[in-house]
Amino acid sequence: MSQYYHSIRIDTDKCDGRMKCLRSCPTQAIRIRDNKAVILEEKCIDCGECITACPNGAIVALTDPFGELSKFKHTVAIPSPALYAQFGRSILPDRILAGLKKLGFDDAYDLALTCGDTSLAIEHFLEEYKGPRPLISNACPSVVRLIQVKYPQLVDHIIPITLPKRLTAREIKEKKSKELGLKLEEIGTFYITPCPVKMIAIRQPSAGEECYLDGAISIADIYGPLLSALENVDPGSYRKGLESICILGIGWAVAGGMHRTLKLENVLDVYGISEIINTFDDIERGKLRNIDLVVAYSCPQGCVGGSLTVENRYISYNKILRLLETLERENIEACGDKREIDDKYRQKQFHMQHKYEPRPIQALDGDLGEAIKKRKKKEKIYESLPKIDCGVCGAPTCMAFAEDVVRGEAQPSDCIFNVPKKFRELTGELSRLLDGFGSIGGEQQREPGNRKKRKKS
Amino acid sequence: MASSNNLSHTFGIKGGDFGKAGCVSLEIKEILRDLGVDPAIIRRVAIAAYEAEMNVVMYAEKGEVVLRLNPKTIRITLEDQGPGIEDIEMAMQEGYSTATDQMREMGFGAGMGLPNIKKNADRFDLKSEVGKGTSYNIVIHLIPEGET
Repeated sequence: MSQYYHSIRIDTDKCDGRMKCLRSCPTQAIRIRDNKAVILEEKCIDCGECITACPNGAIVALTDPFGELSKFKHTVAIPSPALYAQFGRSILPDRILAGLKKLGFDDAYDLALTCGDTSLAIEHFLEEYKGPRPLISNACPSVVRLIQVKYPQLVDHIIPITLPKRLTAREIKEKKSKELGLKLEEIGTFYITPCPVKMIAIRQPSAGEECYLDGAISIADIYGPLLSALENVDPGSYRKGLESICILGIGWAVAGGMHRTLKLENVLDVYGISEIINTFDDIERGKLRNIDLVVAYSCPQGCVGGSLTVENRYISYNKILRLLETLERENIEACGDKREIDDKYRQKQFHMQHKYEPRPIQALDGDLGEAIKKRKKKEKIYESLPKIDCGVCGAPTCMAFAEDVVRGEAQPSDCIFNVPKKFRELTGELSRLLDGFGSIGGEQQREPGNRKKRKKS
Repeated sequence: MASSNNLSHTFGIKGGDFGKAGCVSLEIKEILRDLGVDPAIIRRVAIAAYEAEMNVVMYAEKGEVVLRLNPKTIRITLEDQGPGIEDIEMAMQEGYSTATDQMREMGFGAGMGLPNIKKNADRFDLKSEVGKGTSYNIVIHLIPEGET
């Protein structure tokens, strides 16, 4: 079952089966068994909704501890642009990068720069693209997993352009190994992440690409130390800080940010898994063919809404938006050289080497005839259930429970509404037995029969 | 033996009910996913079913979609009570549509409905009587024809 790496674990000591996660999971990947939450690995897309929902803090993201740094001779921090949104408006990216160096990284790289380059590459790709539309951005790994699991027929719509953090890590490793005379593996590249799903992108990239990142440190973990480190950084000039921001890349942290800087008219920005599911259903029905690109983020407001961020997501969303507006007003671009990027694009440096592969949820049975039988059984079981999705059985919906029964993972008697039925059956049997002993049971025996009649009328 | 391998579902559709439009194709998709049908086939079925459903919502009073399935084929039949189609040949052409401006504003009625069904079906028969209704039969093979 551990075919897929997941960045989420359940701490069974803390879990007391309160079902909040069960109800929050958009892909119905959680069950409660023996009072503890269990994740169905095949269905989980690592979106982190359950982490936010758990009142006990029993669901944890498996990010790397800060101590990992000591394993490398040279370390580089590559923060998600969402980190820039975690601090007050006057604290600009240059100061945050300086703060990271104070924390112990040998270097800190502005990922927004590569995001900007990638935006241009995406623009190029869309100009030349002739396949089915709309294309779907691969920026959010949860969205990519959602497609692989629930919309396998849409994998060809995912943009095959390498993710900025991977591109950056590769370039840093190559450059630094030359500069410092170190081996690639002696240079540690660490992504500072707003969500757990980025962790899988490192441990088990969706398309089997090599990642070049050595670890991911959660924004929540680094926030406190970084805040104190920032106090010891010379604030420098605000204007200079502003002039170092790449307008094409900084917006990647928020929903609508990437789109804003792409020169495309028909782009949709979608966020929140349930909204994304609605949109993908539409794409599957053949709608939205006039849309060029769908940029989808599983977290509300985009990466700034990730489950490992600290600041209120609306505040951080606003900070990035204001920053974008200021840069637009002041005509500040500070991005990579366009011609250089064009050259790199032509050399296929932005293109992924592997394709995204579907990984659909297992059918009810490998044999179609058997699967049809099981599907009918599932419908029959569902019809006998109360259809109120109470969750007491441990499955999120009655339909999911019916499926669990057919798959042999749950018993019909796990449904609390089946218990009185079972009880009646047993008492009926008991009175029949008693009846066998003579006249004592005679009166009682009529009881179940009468009840049946009453029910019918 | 044969009947236990069959599955059939009937879905009612109300004309003008744009809010529920798309539910039938979604349900059909869920069923096919459960059965482990090849995603490319699911997509063809989903598109054909959606277009059929939309035709009822847009033009008819009411209609009924029946999904019948066995390990070899998927058959979707639709019968509606509606105005019928005057010129079937015309209606089968891409871009031809009798949708109202209001429907077009909502993004419907691009004149792709019937051609789209035809494109995605292995077999598509259509019958229509003006003033009464339209019925059609969509067949999509799960196993390429000729193989057993």
